[in-house]
Amino acid sequence: MKTYTARLALVITIVVAAACGSKKSPALTPTSAPEPEPPPVTAPATPRNPTPITEAAPALPRVSDEAVNSASLDDLNRNSPLKPVFFGLDSSDIDPIAKSALDDNAAVLKQHPTWGVTIEGHCDERGTAEYNLALGDRRAAAAVAYLRSLGIADTRLKTVSYGKEFPFDAGHNEAAWAKNRRAHFVITTK
Amino acid sequence: MKYISLCFAIALGFAVVGAQAPQQQPSEVATVISSEPGAVPRLAVPAFLALSSDADTVAAARTISDVLWNDLNYEHEFAFVARDIYSTIPPAKSIDDPPFDRWREVNADAVIMGSVQKSGSQFLIRYRLWDVKTRRQVGGVGAEYSGSANPRRYAHTISDEIFKKTRGLDGVARTKLSFSSDRDGERLTGTIENRTVREIYISDYDGENQQRVTVGRTLNSFPTWAPDSRSIAYVSWRRGQPNIFVSHIYDGTLDELTKGPSESYTPAWSPDGSRIAFSSTRDGHAQIYVANRDGSNVRRLTNGASLDTTPTWSPRGSEVAFTSDRSGTPQIYMISADGLGGVQRLTAEPYADKPTWSTYTNEIAFESRTGARFDVKVIDVATRTVKQLTFGEGSNESPVFAPNGRHLAFMSDRTGKFQIYTMTRDGRDVRQVTKSGENRLPSWSN
Repeated sequence: MKTYTARLALVITIVVAAACGSKKSPALTPTSAPEPEPPPVTAPATPRNPTPITEAAPALPRVSDEAVNSASLDDLNRNSPLKPVFFGLDSSDIDPIAKSALDDNAAVLKQHPTWGVTIEGHCDERGTAEYNLALGDRRAAAAVAYLRSLGIADTRLKTVSYGKEFPFDAGHNEAAWAKNRRAHFVITTK
Repeated sequence: MKYISLCFAIALGFAVVGAQAPQQQPSEVATVISSEPGAVPRLAVPAFLALSSDADTVAAARTISDVLWNDLNYEHEFAFVARDIYSTIPPAKSIDDPPFDRWREVNADAVIMGSVQKSGSQFLIRYRLWDVKTRRQVGGVGAEYSGSANPRRYAHTISDEIFKKTRGLDGVARTKLSFSSDRDGERLTGTIENRTVREIYISDYDGENQQRVTVGRTLNSFPTWAPDSRSIAYVSWRRGQPNIFVSHIYDGTLDELTKGPSESYTPAWSPDGSRIAFSSTRDGHAQIYVANRDGSNVRRLTNGASLDTTPTWSPRGSEVAFTSDRSGTPQIYMISADGLGGVQRLTAEPYADKPTWSTYTNEIAFESRTGARFDVKVIDVATRTVKQLTFGEGSNESPVFAPNGRHLAFMSDRTGKFQIYTMTRDGRDVRQVTKSGENRLPSWSN
C-alpha cells in the first residue's frame, strides 16, 4: 500500500510538473529508467516440510609420497649410457636400428652387472590414450625380449607403459612423433 | 486450442530429440504444459524473488534463476521467452501471484516462479511451475527446499524435478564429470624427465565447482565414476607400474584394486557396481579381465595374442565391448560378460578405440581415426550403422555418454591443449567445460 501511494505521488508530481512547463526539475524528471523496486516482501506461507538439500564435499585421501628420490641415480640417468629405442607408427617391431641400440645397451648392462633398469614404453599422439597404454607395454616388452635373447637376466628388467601421457617432444610433427615412439631406459638400481 | 494430449506430448519429445533416435527415456509423462499444437512448451524463468535484501539472498536468487535457465536449456526440450524481455514484466509480489496476462503477451506457456529466503544460516527455496493459459500450477510441480548448499545445487535439483515431472526424463543437472588434469603444475618427483603430475578432478556437469580428489603427486588418469557416484576408479602410476585404485571420494579412503608388478588400466564398472572390467598384462600382454569391486575373484575374459583394452559394459551388464588389435588395427569387438560364446567384431574403421555403451540406447560411441587425428563416432549395435558426431576440429577423443544417453563428454585439442567438452548425442551444442591447464579423459557420473 505504501509503495502504491509513493508511486501515485510520483506520477502526480510528474504530471503536475509537466503541466507547469517546468524544465528544471531534475529531481522530478527521471532521465533514465528508475531502479527496479525490490519486490515487496510477502509473508511466506508457513513452511510445510522443506526438503533438505545437501551436497557432499570430497575428502582428500591421506597418502604418503612414496616416490624415491636419488640424486646419484638422477645424475647417472641424465647422462645415461643407455640409448632409447625407436619404433614405427602403430608398431612394436624391433628394426635393425633398434637392434643396434639394444645391442649397445646389452653391452653396457653386461659391464655393469649390478644395474637394474626400468624400460618405459612410450607412444606418439597419433594413437589413442587407451590403446597406446597397451602398445607402450608391447614396445617395452619387445625391448625386454630382445635383451633377454642377448643374455640379460629378466630380474634386472622392469617395464612400465606411459602410453602417450609423457611425450618427450610436445610438437605436432613427424620429427616430434618419431622421438615419442620409444622404449626409454631408466637406471633404477646400481 | 486444446491441451495437448499425453500421446502428443510424447511424440513431441521424439520430434525434439531427432527422428532417428530410439526411445531414450522412460515416458511416464505425468503432467502437461498447455502449448500450441506442434510446438514445444515455451518457458519463462524470471529472477527468483529475494525475500530479504541482504547480499547473500539477492545473489542466491539471481544464481538460481540463471543456473536453472541453463539447466533447462541443456536438454533442448523447451523453448524459452527471451531473457531480456523479463525486465519489462513487473516483478510478482509472491510466487503464487504471477502476472499471467503479461506472461501471455510474451508467448510464455509456463512460468517458473521461485523465491529465496534466508533463515538463520540456511536458505529456504520455494518454486512453482505455473501454466500461463490455465493459471494453474502444472501438475503440482513445485517444492520447498532448505539447506546451506551452493545455490547452484537448488537450481540443479529444481531442473531435474521439472524434467522428470513434465517430460518424464532424467536430467543431468546434478551429475558430475571427472577428468585428469595437470593444472597444479607440480613436477613428478623421482624422474629427471620434465613430467608434470596429473590429478583427478571432479566438476558439476556444466564445468562449475571443480575440485581435486587425488593427492598422488604422480600420474593419475583414466577416472571412471562408480554407478553410485560416490567412488571413482582410476589408474595411478604411484607404485611404478600403472594399476587401478578406487577412491571413495567423500570418505577420503582409497582401495588398491590391482597390484603390480604387472600393469592394469582402463577400468569400467558393471552397471550394478558389483564388478570392474579392466585390461591387464598379468598373463603377459594386455587382455580383458573382470574382478569383483573389491579386487577379488579375477577372471580372464579374452584369451588371444592380440592386445585387448578399454572394456565397456552393455546397459544390462550381459555383454562387454572392448578394443582389440586382432585384425591388425584397433577395432571394437564385443563378448558376453561370462566369456562364453564368440567374439563379434563391430567396427571396420581405420583405427577405433574407447568404446562407451549408452545406458539408454543400444549404441556405442568410440573414437575413430579420421585422417591424421580422431573424431567421435557412434555405432548402432543392432544395425551396425555408424554415425560421425565431430568433424575434424582438432582431435576429438575418449567419448563417454551422459547417464541419460542424451549427451557425450569428450576431450578435444581444438583450442590448443586438450580440454573437456560436452555435446548432444547427435553432435550439436558443443560446450567447453574446462579451461585451466590441460584436462583429459572424462567420465560422467550417474
